[in-house]
Amino acid sequence: MSLRAKSFIKRTKKGNVIKVIKEHYLRDDIWCSSALCESCNHTDALLSATPRATESFRTPHYIVPDTNVFMNQIDIMEHPAIKDVIVLQTVREELRHLSMPIYNRVNAIVADKNKRFYAFSNEHHKETYIERMKDESPNDRNDRAIRVSVKWYANHLANGKKKAPITVVMLSDDRDNREKAKSAAIKCSSVRDYVADLTDSPELVDMVVSAKDASEAQAKADGKIEYEEHLSQVQIANGVKNGKFSQGTLNISGHNYLEATVMATVEGKQQNVYIVGRKNMNRSIQGDTVAIQVLPKSEWKKTASVAIEEDEDEATEMKAESENTDGMDVDNALPEMPTAKVVGIIRKKWRPYCGFISKKSIHGTEGSTSAQNVIFRAMDRRIPSIKIRTTQAHTLAGQRIVVAIDSWPTTSVLPLGHFVKTLGSSGDKETETEVLLLEHDVPFQEFSKRILEDLPAEGEDWVVLDKHVHNERRRDFRHLNVCSIDPPGCTDIDDALHVRALPNGNFEVGVHIADVTYFVKPGMPMDEEAAGRGTTVYLVDKRIDMLPSLLGTNLCSLRSNVERLAFSCIWEMNENAEIVNVDFTKSVIKSKFSFTYEEAQNRIDDDRMQDDVTKGIRTLNSFAKKLKQRRLEKGALTLASPEVRFNLENDSQDPVDVELKELKDTNALVEEFMLLANISVAERIYSKFPDSALLRRHPTPPDSNFEELRRALSEFNISLETSTSKELSDSLDRAVIPSDPYFNKMVRIMTTRCMLQAQYFSSGTEAEQDFRHYGLACPIYTHFTSPIRRYSDVMVHRLLEACIDADLTYGQELTDKMRMKELCDNLNFRNRMAQQAARSSVELYTNLFFRNKVVEEDGHVIRILRNGFVVLVQK
Amino acid sequence: MSRLELLTPEGLRVDGRRPNELRKIIAKTSVLAQADGSAYIEQGNTKVLAAVYGPQEVRHRMQILHDRAIINVEFNVAPFSTSERKKRSKNDKYDNGIKLQTSQFPRSQIDIYLQVLQHDGGTLQACINAATMALIDAGIPMIDYVCASTAGCIDKQPVLDLNYLEESSDSPELTVAILPRTGKVNLMSMESRLHVDMLESVASLATEGCEQIHTILDAVVRDTTQHLKDSLMQ
Ligand SMILES: [Zn+2]
Repeated sequence: MSLRAKSFIKRTKKGNVIKVIKEHYLRDDIWCSSALCESCNHTDALLSATPRATESFRTPHYIVPDTNVFMNQIDIMEHPAIKDVIVLQTVREELRHLSMPIYNRVNAIVADKNKRFYAFSNEHHKETYIERMKDESPNDRNDRAIRVSVKWYANHLANGKKKAPITVVMLSDDRDNREKAKSAAIKCSSVRDYVADLTDSPELVDMVVSAKDASEAQAKADGKIEYEEHLSQVQIANGVKNGKFSQGTLNISGHNYLEATVMATVEGKQQNVYIVGRKNMNRSIQGDTVAIQVLPKSEWKKTASVAIEEDEDEATEMKAESENTDGMDVDNALPEMPTAKVVGIIRKKWRPYCGFISKKSIHGTEGSTSAQNVIFRAMDRRIPSIKIRTTQAHTLAGQRIVVAIDSWPTTSVLPLGHFVKTLGSSGDKETETEVLLLEHDVPFQEFSKRILEDLPAEGEDWVVLDKHVHNERRRDFRHLNVCSIDPPGCTDIDDALHVRALPNGNFEVGVHIADVTYFVKPGMPMDEEAAGRGTTVYLVDKRIDMLPSLLGTNLCSLRSNVERLAFSCIWEMNENAEIVNVDFTKSVIKSKFSFTYEEAQNRIDDDRMQDDVTKGIRTLNSFAKKLKQRRLEKGALTLASPEVRFNLENDSQDPVDVELKELKDTNALVEEFMLLANISVAERIYSKFPDSALLRRHPTPPDSNFEELRRALSEFNISLETSTSKELSDSLDRAVIPSDPYFNKMVRIMTTRCMLQAQYFSSGTEAEQDFRHYGLACPIYTHFTSPIRRYSDVMVHRLLEACIDADLTYGQELTDKMRMKELCDNLNFRNRMAQQAARSSVELYTNLFFRNKVVEEDGHVIRILRNGFVVLVQK
Repeated sequence: MSRLELLTPEGLRVDGRRPNELRKIIAKTSVLAQADGSAYIEQGNTKVLAAVYGPQEVRHRMQILHDRAIINVEFNVAPFSTSERKKRSKNDKYDNGIKLQTSQFPRSQIDIYLQVLQHDGGTLQACINAATMALIDAGIPMIDYVCASTAGCIDKQPVLDLNYLEESSDSPELTVAILPRTGKVNLMSMESRLHVDMLESVASLATEGCEQIHTILDAVVRDTTQHLKDSLMQ
């Protein structure tokens, strides 16, 4: 092993310049991993003995792509037709600096042994390592390193002892690099030329991203410039620093894709700044982090927003826009809103989009397969139409497809993209559901075999054994009258309750939660999968589980008359439902009943029922009422959101009726004790893990969020106080119009929309006063009670177990606050996506329900646009 | 998670070593003329100089021990040694667990000065190894070499001899010092959390590292002694 010192100059965070010397070992034991090679000592060769040969490259060969091929053509690299690829270390390192998402995708391909992508450590190989030459840029050095490695492979495979002829082909879309390779007698090809030979996968040609330079050059030749150039990152950074620009996330209106808002500070006030029209949005896309420049006051927005249905072709779109900006009539009732234009994009949020090809944009006769430009429209209405070039236009008509954006040159009205894959025909419920899941980035594939191997070997026959009771510090609660109360048809029962009188006149109340972490241990593939999924996603007709159903609906589910493992929170309470003492323990329970809300309610109401279980429920119910009363006095909010339930026709799963979900007393009963358990647990884990407890907070919404609602309510002479949740709650109680019983509910629904999202966070990353949960009006909160369907709760179970069991060994996953923060970020993202997916699913079914149907109902107008309005219909 | 990849899919570390490989070691003895014994050791880019004075008269009479020698260890980090220069106090002392035959030198004092010239991870192990070499160079009788090595754990893979980059990316690091002939463990020190399931494999890897270091140091000592012998014979 030889050694080379690598030294480079680095600037530290403090601004000091230092020289860093790193050791860099070069080795002679890095093998080529070809199944044909007999001179290397590798044991499990990854690269096949019979790789593909093509029309242009008739010798069977392995492919060596350069960095830009992975950067731009990752969809092609992920295609199953591409196998036997050598991924150079130089390439992987460049990718790591260029784009983390792409780097992760490449690593995922390398990990998939079926794809046969071999990561070759050329930078540590004695014969392929090269030093940067004087006057050579790092980029040129890396390109050369790639060529040297390709050359080495070619020679190695040609000269060594082997069983059949074999070679390598370099893929590069950089013409210069290809020229240099050719002069060194290295076989190479552009991606487009290479996949054109793969006739068994014709769709690959459509998936090629045209090199950015080429498409831009062509567009420039066309002549017309549509957009201003973006400023450079340095100009943006300086502009933001000296206050000329502001930065924020672009949020496009759901009613009008030509109107967006960015939260920014204007005139010393944090407020929404409007960006109106395509020119001002300047090629930014929903979710991008943009730099904006506020326009002069004369151009500020004075009218209500306009609703726009996207038109089919470009020309009318431009017309719609000019109507939008020109024909403004000044409406003095509205205050002026600041407007701005986008001067640069700091971070792009491009992702693959689901959608369809606009039928009007398809030319030629049915069955023609010549390439043509067509317009793709994303399901997400906030995404602009995308121009793609395809040979399969006619086959793709009426299909749901996935498309990725390649570039958006200044000369093109619309962004340019390429076809990624077909999902199925539109209107088909399966396809639409898949679209919905993809659009919300919900992982919905079946659990892999590797994950299912983590389940207990006994499968459905797993039972609680004596060893569980005696060896694991579990308390035996099997004799207690534990029961669960859930919605009808609930199969994943996370929680159950009990209450009993104590000799001292107090009561013992227990909340028992499914002991998921008994089965799901840190580091298991099943645990990693669950952490990635974050939550179970509930759609109207489908549930995407976080954990395999053997656990969720069977072994962990606290069903009646089966012994189950639980994690229990036991309080001693006095008759006023005040906590005297709290204790946590792992336990074994045997639930006596699984009630529906209705059954439980009936038992409470039926005076003839005087058994222990019913009396228990009555006690719990009265305690819950006291707890709720106290919570409301402290200012907890009761907000409403219209929750919809569909009655699905059994076999076809077509919705036959819609109704709003109804709440019973017993819903509140369960909820009250869950809240209490979550608070008790939050206090406990925070005391033991001050830096890394997983908690949940709900920030106080800024005053400006309520402005619109406040203005609307002032019409009815109703005022809205929002500085604390207590004041808000009181003013909501006063917001009543006797003649309209639905009015108050509607105000509450609209208040919900003014709220900020509650978030998970790691206690070490926020100041203690920011832990507050505004909606629940409590200083600290977490999620403990639904570990079957939320990963946050799984984590909290582990934290709590570490609090009560001093002998438990645990790793950094519980103590590292940054790791906890990253987990929280993912959980927040997954949660938001899951909520949106659920909402979209309801929307989808609502549309199916109202399709070809005229129904007359009364409604309330809740928002006025210039040419439309939003209505809330009660039923 | 962190942008740095500490272990490639092929199992190579950032600097190109495999998990069970030591960094390159260079050791020299008698590098300082004025000391009674001295040694210079490089383990990768971690460079340590050790000087031994004594056995000599005890400086402060109060400290005299009548049955054995006292040992005074001073540890010093050169301000230019770390990539970011920071001030360190002289009192950053480690108990390095050196096993001397102190009873042979009653009422005397042995001073060991350790100077870290460059720091790239594993300072403690390099100091122990350097001190051992310097003591041998000073001709002070010892039961055995004291050889030290570190091992840690990256993505559940035990790795030997962490460099600074690996140390600072939050991987746990265990330093082990042993008497190679008997295999007796002198020191085991860890300041981070390591899952108990991993402890055994990490500790045994570190012990293996100590044995490899012993072979290298022993070769250096024998070589120098041979030189000395040769020059005396001439
Ligand atoms: Zn080979």
